[in-house]
Amino acid sequence: MLSVNGLSKTFGGFTAVNRISFELAEGEILGLIGPNGSGKSTTFNLIAGALAPSEGSIRFLGREVAGTHASKVAHLGIARTYQIPRPFRKLSLMENVALAAYYGQAERPTRERAWAQAKEALALVNLPSEESARVDGLGAAGLKKLELARALATQPKLLLADESLGGLDESEMNQAADMLAMIRDKRGVTIIWVEHIMGVLMRVVDRCVVLDHGEVIAEGKPESVAHDPKVVEVYLGTDADEVQRAVAGRAA
Amino acid sequence: MSEVFDIFLLESVLNGLLLGGLLALLSLGLNLIFGVIDVVWICYAELIMVGMYAVYYFHVVFGWPLLLAMLMGILIVAMAGAALHYFVIRPVLAAEPINQLLVTGGVLFFLQAAATLAFGIEFKNLGVTFPPIVVGDISFSMPRLIAFVTALAGMLGMYLFLTRTYIGTAIRAISQDRTIMPLMGVNPNRIFLVTSALGGGLAGLGACLLVLQYDIHPAIGLSFGPITFLICVLGGLGNMVGGFIAAFIFAQFISVGGFFFAIEWGYVIAFLFFIGMMFWRPQGLFTK
Repeated sequence: MLSVNGLSKTFGGFTAVNRISFELAEGEILGLIGPNGSGKSTTFNLIAGALAPSEGSIRFLGREVAGTHASKVAHLGIARTYQIPRPFRKLSLMENVALAAYYGQAERPTRERAWAQAKEALALVNLPSEESARVDGLGAAGLKKLELARALATQPKLLLADESLGGLDESEMNQAADMLAMIRDKRGVTIIWVEHIMGVLMRVVDRCVVLDHGEVIAEGKPESVAHDPKVVEVYLGTDADEVQRAVAGRAA
Repeated sequence: MSEVFDIFLLESVLNGLLLGGLLALLSLGLNLIFGVIDVVWICYAELIMVGMYAVYYFHVVFGWPLLLAMLMGILIVAMAGAALHYFVIRPVLAAEPINQLLVTGGVLFFLQAAATLAFGIEFKNLGVTFPPIVVGDISFSMPRLIAFVTALAGMLGMYLFLTRTYIGTAIRAISQDRTIMPLMGVNPNRIFLVTSALGGGLAGLGACLLVLQYDIHPAIGLSFGPITFLICVLGGLGNMVGGFIAAFIFAQFISVGGFFFAIEWGYVIAFLFFIGMMFWRPQGLFTK
């Protein structure tokens, strides 16, 4: 469904992403992991059209999308969430999500249909869809859900979830992971999940691509990636134990 | 003696109210542009001047019915607003605020000079007069009443547009975070263009109301530009409700102040009030 080939992005003399390539199959949940500054977010921005690549190609459903304006990318069926939620605070929850439903699809829905799709997206992530519900009452987990609902309302085929679950406690992290799995299962949305904490992600992803210093250092099933010496080295002393535990939990 | 005095005072207060409605409408467009695009159209009142000339030419010179000429005036200024954004604002959207201010200041002088060349400096007017409305001992000017009612209707329409339509919701959204809009499939430039046309349309509506009361000349913008800008600042730039309230406060100072002293003194008192407020609340009475 998505095919990234030799993708590079340089900022002045700094190479943020260095000729990375990976494939994504329909219905997959791919974990894009790596420590802070490894190029994950840049990769996301390149796919979502927020940045134009310096080199390389991004093919989505057989179509070259590299360098396409972000609003066009959204219409092609690629949605994204931000690591730090960016809601419109002065708009109600429904308005936030309905706006995405109305403008985010290639074919503009009727007003009523967009409203219904927004309600459905909010329900899917367990947020209230009354017209009076405001953004102000939401905590960190709620804001992340709103980001998800807004992305889902555009009826995407591919969801780029910049989750970075930092700021959430363990049960909230697990909930977020389950929610992404549920979205894939119920909606058939293919997902790329960006994360720097490996633990909880390993439980639900089908495959991992590990970035470090802008390059792909490992790729494969969570079990094999977690045992890859290069990956272990990158993550050494951070959450290696947690990763092994999560992988073990997955097998059980 | 004191009874007569009270009636004149009441008349001033009521006239101030009517003036407030007009000033509120004028400030609405400027506030909309600043609130959404984050740029001050210093040349806003010159767009109004263009609209006044448009109404004059279509009605007096081409002989169109007044209402139709006014509609054309609104349309022309709306297009002028969109053109202003497309050709002048868009290239400097990422520039320093001072550069944006200067560039619209340049448009101000350009429009004034162009109007002088095209229309000459003599005063023009529609030649329509309305009899004053007399209720008991109090008299109102008819154009002022029309302006007041239209201004209120215009503001109500604007409110409904911004809260009840998707494009209005997008306009409110983009005023909070413009960089995230593309993710929702929205091209910010298109929303800015619509907003600019809308701001221009409001200036056009203002022109229709002013042309009923004032003579048209190339420098007419100077009579309304500064006061419109000050009202926006007083209400908190970009805050449409704040501007609305500030317009009525300002108008009362002008009208009632003019009653107690002389009409010119009304403006002096209003501007003194403004200067005082800027020391007390430089961010405006109602911050955004």
